[in-house]
Amino acid sequence: MAKLDEADFYKIQVQKQPAVGTSSRKMQDDLTQQSIKSNLGNFILEKFFLICGMLSIFVLLLILYFLLKNSWPALQEVRISEFIFGQRWMPSSPNPGFGALPLILGSIIITVGALLMAVPWSLAAAVYLGEAAPRLIREILKPVIEVLEIFPSVVLGFIALVVVGPFIARVFNLSSGLIGLTGAIVLAIMALPTIISISEDALNSVPKDYKEAAIALGATNWETARYVSIPAASSGIVAAVMLGFGRVVGETMAVLMAAGNALDMPLKEILNIPVPTLMQSMRTLTATIAIEASDVPWGSTHYHALFVIGVVLFVITFLVNLVSDIMLSRFQEVNRND
Amino acid sequence: MSDNGVIFSTEALNLWYGKNQALKNINVNIKMQKVTAIIGPSGCGKSTFLKVLNRMVDLVPNVKYTGSVNLQGHNIFDENINLVNLRTRVGMVFQKPNPFPKSIFENVAFGPRIHGKHKKSELNELVEKSLRQAALWDEVKDRLNEPGLSLSGGQQQRLCIARTLANEPEVILMDEPTSALDPAATSRIEDLVRSLRKHYNIIIVTHNMQQAGRVSDETFFFLNGELIETDRTEVIFTNPKDNRTEEYITGRFG
Ligand SMILES: Nc1ncnc2c1ncn2[C@@H]1O[C@H](COP(=O)(O)OP(=O)(O)OP(=O)(O)O)[C@@H](O)[C@H]1O
Ligand SMILES: [Mg+2]
Repeated sequence: MAKLDEADFYKIQVQKQPAVGTSSRKMQDDLTQQSIKSNLGNFILEKFFLICGMLSIFVLLLILYFLLKNSWPALQEVRISEFIFGQRWMPSSPNPGFGALPLILGSIIITVGALLMAVPWSLAAAVYLGEAAPRLIREILKPVIEVLEIFPSVVLGFIALVVVGPFIARVFNLSSGLIGLTGAIVLAIMALPTIISISEDALNSVPKDYKEAAIALGATNWETARYVSIPAASSGIVAAVMLGFGRVVGETMAVLMAAGNALDMPLKEILNIPVPTLMQSMRTLTATIAIEASDVPWGSTHYHALFVIGVVLFVITFLVNLVSDIMLSRFQEVNRND
Repeated sequence: MSDNGVIFSTEALNLWYGKNQALKNINVNIKMQKVTAIIGPSGCGKSTFLKVLNRMVDLVPNVKYTGSVNLQGHNIFDENINLVNLRTRVGMVFQKPNPFPKSIFENVAFGPRIHGKHKKSELNELVEKSLRQAALWDEVKDRLNEPGLSLSGGQQQRLCIARTLANEPEVILMDEPTSALDPAATSRIEDLVRSLRKHYNIIIVTHNMQQAGRVSDETFFFLNGELIETDRTEVIFTNPKDNRTEEYITGRFG
């Protein structure tokens, strides 16, 4: 009896049934048998997914704990307001400054600049690919774009250094083209494939029924995209933009090579009002960690300050995620999908 | 030959999907102010014929057609035909109810909006009028801002009809509009079709002989891409000339 396969198992069950059982009785038993079996499968799968989900949350919390624990010593020596609003980042000088504002602004300005370029551009491309492009063109372009997605960022950084930088310098007549704009351009290019391919997928998964209905009402391709496909795909498009944002704000190597790494405030006075600018050399939060982590004395305030930068990055991404979630649920409230 | 009671007339209409010919030399007049039913076995080209009339068939890759289809004197195959205007004048209701994932109001206002009507009062009026014509107003007048998809299947189909009516079309094409609905919802749509026939030219594809008998004035019988017989509906059903028609309506094939 060691090897009892399924068929035998059922046979035995059926044979054990008292003869009074009509065929419908038998069927009922078979039904309950099966449901116990599939219930068990369901139960195990459900728990498995639950455990995987919990595990990933746990790992995330662990990282957060590690970040906070390691930034704590620095926060005891330097006030948090000094970190966020201080304008002098000189962590290894004899008279150290831990003002991360230039870095925070650098990250924000470059990210916003990159997204301002990448989002409209990639949405236009996604709408073209998803709604208007002939099949052949789409089938060629999509894989090409997806390959761009896995292009090593250090290579793009290098191209920025030797091609984009000098080009920008010539166009704007600067001594060095390694400025925020160059970094933003490179990051925009890096974010394009992600945003294009994910929002194109979202547009593509809008039921064909909707598009046909719109076209049969006399809508043009553009109107169909604008009033039907894009709203119906909005959650996917927001997710695509969020992924693009994540890529841009977290990118290190390329922006380190392209943006020039100056520690000045990336602001320009226009009519006595300081205005954020992309036209200066600047440094991002990520680049700061990458540049300084390798030779910082272990356990020093500077060391712990780099963890504070990590926390700041975490908070920025968290806030952006939160805001986009709220925006999305508002949007869906108005434009409910089902 | 353009007017005199004819809304569409086709001449030598042939259509191919790739190499597969789906319509073969169709020459027919569709009369004005009538409900025309199109019947025939599955795959005989009913939907294809319907989709030619508003050129929705253009969306199929590799489609090719020859001949001409005249809508009140204009050949809709002409190169300079404006498809937006054509599809506004020739509305379409699909087999499966397909309201947009928008509110009831926005569904009906969609057509007028994209055709440039933006005044709120004008839209309100048009939406109410269309919903009334589609016999849906009383059921939805208090919930115009709820999603169209929250309605029942039959209500969704009437919403789709209202959406088409809001464009104030001359012709309404309906491709098996009740095949996804239960008998009660079906009979409401049939009543609706009958009430609309005074103001619109309706062409309806149906698999249901009784339905064709109940709602239509004229019936076209298609078989394998050919138009076998056209006549007044009662003649087709009581005294068809072609015995293939007779075989089909008496249920001996198809
Ligand atoms: N999009 C398409 N691409 C290729 N061939 C098609 C397409 N649509 C229809 N056909 C073919 O054209 C012929 C006619 O199809 P059509 O859909 O017009 O039939 P129908 O009479 O509406 O059938 P049914 O009653 O099943 O809806 C069929 O042979 C079908 O396979
Ligand atoms: Mg059909």
